[in-house]
Amino acid sequence: MAYFVQQTINGLTLGAIYGLIAIGYTMVYGIVGMINFAHGEIYMIGAFLSVITYLALDALGVASVPLALLAMLLVSMVVTAAYGWALERLAYRPLRGSFRLAPLISAIGMSIALQNFVQITQGARVKPLQPIITGGFTVMEADGFSVSISYLQIAIWVMTVVLMAGFTWLITRTPLGRRQRACEQDPVMASLVGVDVDRTISLTFVIGAALAAVAGLMVTLQYGVIDFYIGFLAGIKAFTAAVLGGIGSLPGAMLGGFLIGLIESFWSAYFTLEYKDVATFGILVLVLIFRPTGLLGHPEVEKV
Amino acid sequence: MTGASPLLEVEHLSMGFGGVRAVDGLSFVARRGGITALIGPNGAGKTTVFNCLTGFYRPPVGRLTLHHPDKGPLLLERMDGHRVAGEAQVARTFQNIRLFARLSVLENLLVAQHRRLMRASLWSLAGLLGVRRYGRAEREAVEFSKYWLDKIGLSHRADREAGTLPYGDQRRLEIARAMCLRPVLLCLDEPAAGLNASESAELNRLLLDIRAEERVSLLLIEHDMSVVMGISDHVVVLDHGRKIAEGTPAEVRSNPAVIHAYLGEEEDGEEGEAGGA
Repeated sequence: MAYFVQQTINGLTLGAIYGLIAIGYTMVYGIVGMINFAHGEIYMIGAFLSVITYLALDALGVASVPLALLAMLLVSMVVTAAYGWALERLAYRPLRGSFRLAPLISAIGMSIALQNFVQITQGARVKPLQPIITGGFTVMEADGFSVSISYLQIAIWVMTVVLMAGFTWLITRTPLGRRQRACEQDPVMASLVGVDVDRTISLTFVIGAALAAVAGLMVTLQYGVIDFYIGFLAGIKAFTAAVLGGIGSLPGAMLGGFLIGLIESFWSAYFTLEYKDVATFGILVLVLIFRPTGLLGHPEVEKV
Repeated sequence: MTGASPLLEVEHLSMGFGGVRAVDGLSFVARRGGITALIGPNGAGKTTVFNCLTGFYRPPVGRLTLHHPDKGPLLLERMDGHRVAGEAQVARTFQNIRLFARLSVLENLLVAQHRRLMRASLWSLAGLLGVRRYGRAEREAVEFSKYWLDKIGLSHRADREAGTLPYGDQRRLEIARAMCLRPVLLCLDEPAAGLNASESAELNRLLLDIRAEERVSLLLIEHDMSVVMGISDHVVVLDHGRKIAEGTPAEVRSNPAVIHAYLGEEEDGEEGEAGGA
């Protein structure tokens, strides 16, 4: 039982990270109908930026932990958002209106390019980061096993819940969100009611990238090591989460993220660790076969 | 009506697709405060004219001047769709209704007012910070939407998803959404298509009301002769992309070229023209 609770806690932490990345996939799919395969790399860049910011602050002699965390958060969000914006502007917008596969191929190209860019500029070795938020407490003890929650995990949950709530509010309640949903449903009509569709699409990439940057910061803090290759697997898993929840659906992406996190964590706990990725992607295959619209997605209605 | 100054001037407009000339050297004027109707058999090029006006197509030849009451002459053929709607304030509806089906009825009207809302909310930043001015702008937008919902008789359905409304309601909602852009010119593509006689009469009243109370000029494409003859001041008849006649409804009705275009061909359906060609 205790082991189960512990795995749930770990799974939710992992799921929060996947969920934040998955939002970026699902939003972009919703508005331009493409899978942004470079989104995993955007997340990886977010993780690198938080490490770089930390090291820079350390070199400057800033010792305050809250200040360092805030700076890491802001710098990685802002700079990663700029990457997201540039990505759309350079690699996708010129191909809009081209054949359907063109932006997809461009996305894969950008994914490889960004990976290599970071590998060359930052080196291929694993980058460690010393634990910044330490400590935690024991929730329960049973069967000679103690269940613990670290302060960091709580911080990750709180942050995820706040971000997701704020984000949901932004999409459902503000003029910006209305504009976003209008573009998603009918970009041509949206432009005819005066919505600047290009700008809305840019904004979608910016928001998605900023959320991925937060996920990057979280993963850095939680696991303490990053390298230029982390974006690939995390990206594909977050993509799986988005598909599981129903691609195009925002609550679906969040739900899917948590589910994938839990599945992975339980699989590693009760079955074999080596096969945890196989389990995750097995789910992707099953979803695509039996419920292609995902858990919360609505069926695509062909526009005539 | 002929005394009123021109609002929209179309000069020598041509637009082709491959070898087909959908619109060929078309010129006409829509006057301020008037209801101008564009009629013609299927494939005459009526929808193409609308698509050129609203930034869908870039016509290779011709000039489309909107004499905006506040902003002076604007060249529509050089503007993107969102600028035609936002800056030139030319709104449009579609033959096959294009509402945001999964937004609520009220949200459909609010989206159309998003430009002023975005400005007031500083691109939602102020909204995030809860600034008062934003709250007021949002309330005003909601008030304005409610005014239109009252007018089209949909106040009790404000929170329904637009896609679930009956057809006639969707038509009127689309017109209300266009009006929420606070247009100077409203272009209606077959607003009476698919409506029964009483709905069609109701539509006539709505359109006359828009002109009289809102002081918005109308340009409409219509097949339904009861609408065209009942409300328009000026009728332009197209056939094969060319203007074959224009004048008051009575003049046009008795024009032999028009009668020939409508009745002279063997197979002439009265259904909507396909794809705007």
